[in-house]
Amino acid sequence: MSTPSDAQIWDWLAEVPDPEIPVVSVTDLGIVRDIRWDGDTLVVAVTPTYSGCPATAVIDLAIESHLRDRGIGDLRLERRLSPPWTTDWVTQEGRDKLRAYGIAPPVDGTASDGGTAARAARLAGRSNLVIACPRCGSGNTERVSQFGSTPCKASYRCKDCLEPFDYFKCH
Amino acid sequence: MPSLPDMTTPDVVALAESAAAAQSHDPHVQDVDLKPAFFDWLCRMGDNTLILGHRISEWCGHGPALEEDIALANTALDLIGHTQMWLGLAAEVQSEGRTADDLAFLRDAMKFRNLQLAELPNGDMAVTLMREFLFDAWHFHMLTALTRSASPRVAEIAAKALKEVSYHLERSSDLVVRLGDGTQESHARMQEALDRLWPYSGEMFVADAVDDAVANAGIAPVLADLQPAWQQTVEEVLAEATLTRPEGRADVHRGGKQGRHTEHLGYILAQMQFLQRAYPGASW
Ligand SMILES: [Zn+2]
Repeated sequence: MSTPSDAQIWDWLAEVPDPEIPVVSVTDLGIVRDIRWDGDTLVVAVTPTYSGCPATAVIDLAIESHLRDRGIGDLRLERRLSPPWTTDWVTQEGRDKLRAYGIAPPVDGTASDGGTAARAARLAGRSNLVIACPRCGSGNTERVSQFGSTPCKASYRCKDCLEPFDYFKCH
Repeated sequence: MPSLPDMTTPDVVALAESAAAAQSHDPHVQDVDLKPAFFDWLCRMGDNTLILGHRISEWCGHGPALEEDIALANTALDLIGHTQMWLGLAAEVQSEGRTADDLAFLRDAMKFRNLQLAELPNGDMAVTLMREFLFDAWHFHMLTALTRSASPRVAEIAAKALKEVSYHLERSSDLVVRLGDGTQESHARMQEALDRLWPYSGEMFVADAVDDAVANAGIAPVLADLQPAWQQTVEEVLAEATLTRPEGRADVHRGGKQGRHTEHLGYILAQMQFLQRAYPGASW
């Protein structure tokens, strides 16, 4: 077969679902950083979301088997740490898919800085971070826990429709 | 560092080499004179996260509330992820064909370089949270400084880990405040935990020849320079938590960084290393 174009390869990558949130693809999440040819070998650079995310190996395997199914026999995956993954790279389409799936998408610029000023404001109830309920759209929600069912999520609760939901936290 | 899975290439050494070649160029990694200190220091970073991560993972399924259980498991997972990066780089610097897994599972207690604080038993939630808070505050300031390391490999690991550790510090400070400034019982337990752990906290800032060598090379900060920032974070949170900083010396118990450990580390390793010791080379 002839060498597929880069655009074709990106299209194929966009078909690879995230193993834990299968409504979004690896390209929606922004974790495929780069593709290039090293001679006849296709090199795909992937960045981990969280350092210890157990899905990382599964994601690599899913990318590899999907591209092999599309006829790319000579393939290498490369792990890229820098620059570190950020939820700013989650595409608009990815955010819409997350919301439709019931996960509130990340609010950019609100990642933890470990700072005590933010903590003081939060404890005093002055946090201005409003996470809209993905089910009813209400902003009347509260955080149950900063950590959720996977490393990338926090647990929230809607005080209007009373449903619990996941928030894809800013990172 | 564990290589990426590859269905056609079973040669993991070649894979590790190609993965290493793809990393940012860093002359420190091949610097022969620097090697002993750099390796030791990387083991300190990786052993802290490995041993504390293992300790915290012991709570999995035993947390006092589902959310806490999940938060602790997530924190442990982050720390084990950092371990793969630090020990992976350590193995590369050592260049004796070992991997992060070899360093984690096939070294004896005397070769471990973690702070004694990291290996102390979990105790109750008060001890677990206070230990995490004292460590997180150090970890946060250390990683912040390391993002400016002269070693690009160290800087990129630090930048990755810092994003996660910021959440760790936010959570542990929140809980220290809530429980310290909570009920009479929770306050008493948090104060007791602080009093017990305080004499272990000073080891973070006691530099030796290894710390001096990596600081001179611009890889890591001078430890004494980190202390004021740590102290400020700790004092702010303790004040808000209505807890009293102990009067006594903070550096009573030390030696972990040089391989002198409490009796507790052996038990951790016995559990953690059992499989690789009993079935060498086992994998799945
Ligand atoms: Zn709602």
